[in-house]
Amino acid sequence: MNGNGAHNVVRLVDVVKVFRMGQQEVQALRGVNLAIRSGEYISIMGPSGSGKSTLFNMIGALDKPTSGRVFIDEVDVSQLDAYELAWLRCRKIGYIFQTFNLIQVMTAIENVTLPMIFAGMSRDEYMEKGMELLKLVGLAERYQHKPPELSGGQQQRVAVARALANDPAIILADEPTGNLDLTTGEEIITLLKHLSKERGVTIISATHDIKMLNVSDRVVWIRDGRVDRIEDREKLKISVGEVA
Amino acid sequence: MRPTVERQVVLPWAQVLRISFNALRARLFRSLITTATLVLAVAFVAYTFAVYALLNALWPHAPSELQEKIVSSGYELFAGTFGSTPKDRWLIALSLLVCAVGIVNAQLMAVTERFREIGTLKCLGALDSFVIKLFVLEAVYQGLLGGAAGSALGVLVASVTLLVKFGTAVVRHFPALELAWIAAWSTGLAMLLSLTGVLYPAWVAARMEPALALRTEQ
Repeated sequence: MNGNGAHNVVRLVDVVKVFRMGQQEVQALRGVNLAIRSGEYISIMGPSGSGKSTLFNMIGALDKPTSGRVFIDEVDVSQLDAYELAWLRCRKIGYIFQTFNLIQVMTAIENVTLPMIFAGMSRDEYMEKGMELLKLVGLAERYQHKPPELSGGQQQRVAVARALANDPAIILADEPTGNLDLTTGEEIITLLKHLSKERGVTIISATHDIKMLNVSDRVVWIRDGRVDRIEDREKLKISVGEVA
Repeated sequence: MRPTVERQVVLPWAQVLRISFNALRARLFRSLITTATLVLAVAFVAYTFAVYALLNALWPHAPSELQEKIVSSGYELFAGTFGSTPKDRWLIALSLLVCAVGIVNAQLMAVTERFREIGTLKCLGALDSFVIKLFVLEAVYQGLLGGAAGSALGVLVASVTLLVKFGTAVVRHFPALELAWIAAWSTGLAMLLSLTGVLYPAWVAARMEPALALRTEQ
C-alpha cells in the first residue's frame, strides 16, 4: 500500500511557527527541515518546550506554519482547502494522543467507526471493519464499553484502532505512552511496532519515553525549535549504551 | 505517480441526526439544565396567553355574577375581549431576554467543555459544517423538548388556575384549538431562542483549528 516504499511521506521545508502571546512572540519552530520516508518508524525526542508538539501539529496538518512548507505525500498542505484538509486528516493520517482523546459519550466501537463514518462508508462496512480493528488490538469483547469504563491502556488501544480506521499512510502519535504505566506503555509501543512492520504504516511519534528508542528506525532530536540531530538506530544503540 | 487529495464528503443528514441525538442523550442531565431555562420562559409566555384565551372563550357564556368576579379578579377587558396589556408584553419580553442570555451562557459553557471533543472530531475528518450541524441539531432537540414541556406546563397551569378561581364553566367552554395554537407557536419560540443561543458558540467551535482545541486543558 506504500507504492514504491521509498518516497517521502512527510517533508518539511524551513518550517517556522511563531505564537503570539500578548505582546510577546514565541518562536516554537525556527526553521525545521525534515524528510520522513514511507514505512519508517520515527521518534521525535526533545525536552518539553522544545517545539515537539508544535512539530507534531505541523506534520499532522493540525496547525498552519507561520512560514515554510509542509508536504504530506508530496502535497503542499497550505494549498488545500477545508474539504481537502478534512479528507487528508481523515484518510491519510491516524492520530494518537497522550490523553487518548476518545469521545467520552461514545462506545469503543462508535469511537473506532467514527472516522469511517466521516469517510462516507456504509454501516455494514464500517461495523465489520470496526470489529476487526478492535479484535486486532485485543478489545473485541469490550466494544460496547465507553471510555470511562476502560483502563488507560485499553483506551489507548481503542485510540490505536481508531487511528487505523481508514488505512492511513501515517500514524502520528503524540506521547502515546505519556499517561500509561510502564507495562501498558510497552504494550502500546509493541503494538505500534507490529503495525509498522505488518502494515507498512509510517509511524511518527513525539515522545520522551526512552523505551520508544529501541523500536525506532530513526530518532529526531529537537532542541529550541530546531532539529538538533537525527540518528539511525545502529548509532543510537551506542549512544544509549553510553548513557546506561 | 502524482499524489492526489480528494475532497471530504459531506455527511448525510441521517448520520448527523443520529450522532447529535446520541450525543444529547449521553449528556442528558447537562442538557436538561439548558432545557429547563427554556421550559420556564416558554411556560410563562404560554401561561399568559392561555389565560386570555380561556377567559375570552368563557366570557360570552358567563352569567353576570361570574363576569363580575372575573373583572374584580383584576383581568381587564378591552373592547369586549381580554388581551395582553403593555405590562404583560413588557414582562414577556424581559423574561425572553433573560432566557436568551441564559441559553447563550449555557451553550457557551457546553461548547467550551467540549473543545477537546471538537478538536478530536476535526482530526478524524469532521468538516466545520458538521460541527455546526451537531450543535444546531442539539439545540433544536432542546428547543423542541423545552418548548413542548414549557407550553404544556403553561397551558395546564393556566387552565387549573382558572378552574379553581371560576369553577367548571371554564372547562365547559374550553378553547382547545386556540390553546393548541398557543402551545404550537410557543414551542416554535423556544426553538428560535435555543437556536439564537447556540449559533455564536457553534460558530466559534467550528472555526477553531484542531490543534488549538486539543491544547485546552481538561
